[in-house]
Amino acid sequence: MYQFLYDLIGNEILAGLLVAVVPLTIILVFALFGIWLERKVSAHMQDRLGPMRTGWHGWLQTVADLMKMLQKEDIIATDADKTLYNIAPVLVFTGSFAAYAVIPFSSKLLGSEVEIGLFYVIAISSLVVAGILMAGWSANNKYSLLGAMRAAAQIISYEIPTALIILSMVMLTGTLSLEKISQMQTSSFWNWNIFGGAVFGLSKFLLIPFMIAGTLIIFTSTLAEVNRVPFDIPEAESELVAGYFTEYCGMKWGMFMLAEYGNMFAVSAIIAILFLGGYQSPIGYLGNSIGAQWLIPFEQGFWFIAKGLALVFVQMWLRWTLPRLRVDQLMTVCWKYLIPFAFINLIIIGIISLI
Amino acid sequence: MALKTETMVLNMGPQHPSTHGVLRLELEIEGELILSVKPHIGYLHRCFEKHAEAMTYPQVIPYTDRLDYLAAMGNNFGYVVAVEKLLGIQIPERVEYIRIIMAELQRIASHLVAIATNGADIGALTPFLYLFRDREYILSLFEMTCGARMLYNYMWIGGVSHDIHPDFVRKTKEFIIHFRPTIVELNNLLTFNKIFIERTANIGILPIDTAINFGASGPVLRGSGLQFDVRKEDPYSIYNRFDFEIPTGKGLVGTVGDCWDRYYVRVLEMEQSLRIIEQAIDNIPGGDVHSAIPKRIKPPKGTVYSRVENPRGELGYFIISDGNLNPFRVKVRAPSFVNLELMGELCKGHLVADVIAILGSLDIVLGEIDR
Repeated sequence: MYQFLYDLIGNEILAGLLVAVVPLTIILVFALFGIWLERKVSAHMQDRLGPMRTGWHGWLQTVADLMKMLQKEDIIATDADKTLYNIAPVLVFTGSFAAYAVIPFSSKLLGSEVEIGLFYVIAISSLVVAGILMAGWSANNKYSLLGAMRAAAQIISYEIPTALIILSMVMLTGTLSLEKISQMQTSSFWNWNIFGGAVFGLSKFLLIPFMIAGTLIIFTSTLAEVNRVPFDIPEAESELVAGYFTEYCGMKWGMFMLAEYGNMFAVSAIIAILFLGGYQSPIGYLGNSIGAQWLIPFEQGFWFIAKGLALVFVQMWLRWTLPRLRVDQLMTVCWKYLIPFAFINLIIIGIISLI
Repeated sequence: MALKTETMVLNMGPQHPSTHGVLRLELEIEGELILSVKPHIGYLHRCFEKHAEAMTYPQVIPYTDRLDYLAAMGNNFGYVVAVEKLLGIQIPERVEYIRIIMAELQRIASHLVAIATNGADIGALTPFLYLFRDREYILSLFEMTCGARMLYNYMWIGGVSHDIHPDFVRKTKEFIIHFRPTIVELNNLLTFNKIFIERTANIGILPIDTAINFGASGPVLRGSGLQFDVRKEDPYSIYNRFDFEIPTGKGLVGTVGDCWDRYYVRVLEMEQSLRIIEQAIDNIPGGDVHSAIPKRIKPPKGTVYSRVENPRGELGYFIISDGNLNPFRVKVRAPSFVNLELMGELCKGHLVADVIAILGSLDIVLGEIDR
């Protein structure tokens, strides 16, 4: 993408900026769409209609809400630590936004082709924790503080099973590059990593159950990392009002919101890349059959976003079905179940990949 | 040198999403662990008892609506039963049947809110809306009868304000048919949900002796395993004619008297209320609902204490009459007020998140606590 734009424009800075605009646009559009989708999904699950008045089935509602948020007065509590208070939402937003830089939306639409993409994603998404702790501490509100403490404990704990599953995939594919992992799972859904990857013979069939288990583990732990029900205790609205962003208002609050929805799609995208074939089509490309090669990247983009949205939908579905766990139970789930299982999974996949 | 540590005081409420109105809880916490809980009440005080002294007996009825605003029929019922006892009048059979059907429908509606909010506090928002959808059905039955959906002023001394609508019997039967599957759905979705059980079983255990010592009543007391229901123990109106059971907490998934037991007692009670309605709905005798209403209500000198089983427990009215048109004193024994006192006892040693689960399972209504 960068190379393409650089060839086109011939200016490094301009090309770099343009490349950065792409993920920003995607995250903003997705956040707007995601909030609308969440409201519609929840409404239809609960025998309601949801927003209906603004545009067709209320699709302009989030746009209107965003306009309102932008115009709101920015209130900062007198006793808040103003510097940290102002930095926190930016940091949280940056953490989730920067992860998009290495996500390959299709073979052509890729912010930056980093060889250590997976490592980068894990590292950059940890920025979010720092932001959340800052938000909780600086607001000088007890609910914020409790929420931030819960969030830090939760996100750091659940990074371990996520990282372990990612590690097993790195072992299997032998690369940290998200683009390469996507390329490996080409041609048909049978080659996706959830079905053992593009290898043949006995080891493929041995891998299938552990791959499915790995998908479930990484889905559960990423659910906790993005603070979704049943792991939404940092912002548990019935206990902690709104958790770490209780005191925020206007666009700063909006940035937390955008970051949350951005994160939802980012983790879904990572799962889709690791296990569900990334941007690869499950059934072959229309562009190949009609001989229009230019169509293929668009098709890939379509499949990638479809897979991501399907996972996002499952996250929403769970949110509107399940109650919320308590903080100690949440830790139990992580340390007693997910981490041991992820370890066992890692070892077994390691052994199988040697066969 | 030991590190100097301090406990943190967290004010939960009066404006908080799950204190059910304007309750303020003063939590003393160490991290997330609760050391003590102090409820502060009085934010919704409206001087009901003092007001009642300045009004005639029928004028008090609309004010009783506003005590436990989720069970206004039950409050009306308790008050009119007390005044009728004071007056010593007989009321027509038809009125008795209508009152019981209304009170039981109200019990279901009130338990639906209790269950729904208990679930919503724990994070299950979808059952909340499902149950409110069914409560809507009951509210429209009430609306059809007396025009009001929440504060009815329906039961009058010696009668009821309006006779039932010609469609009422048919619609109520429809409701029963429609509602039974909802209970099954509720059980599948929430009651036996693994996470819900994790959150409520073995939380806030109320031993039976503590419950009795604190004077708890209603589902809170029955959740601890004691079969006590005013409808059976001290039957008022015509409750002795109907066949129903008193569900109690059995510790099905945890210990007897935990949050889950209190919750499940409510679920079972809805089924029993349906049974009472089924028995009553076909046997409503004919007659005039206004015939026994006295023209001038002036009870003789004396006192009366009368209690009824409201959805939240034993609702008692103590009325002193000095022979005038207005009562000399009206004292309300509000079940929520008594049940709320258990908060401090139940929350010790639990986490912040459990406070919400326990408060939800006690099912308080601030309207009758502050009066």
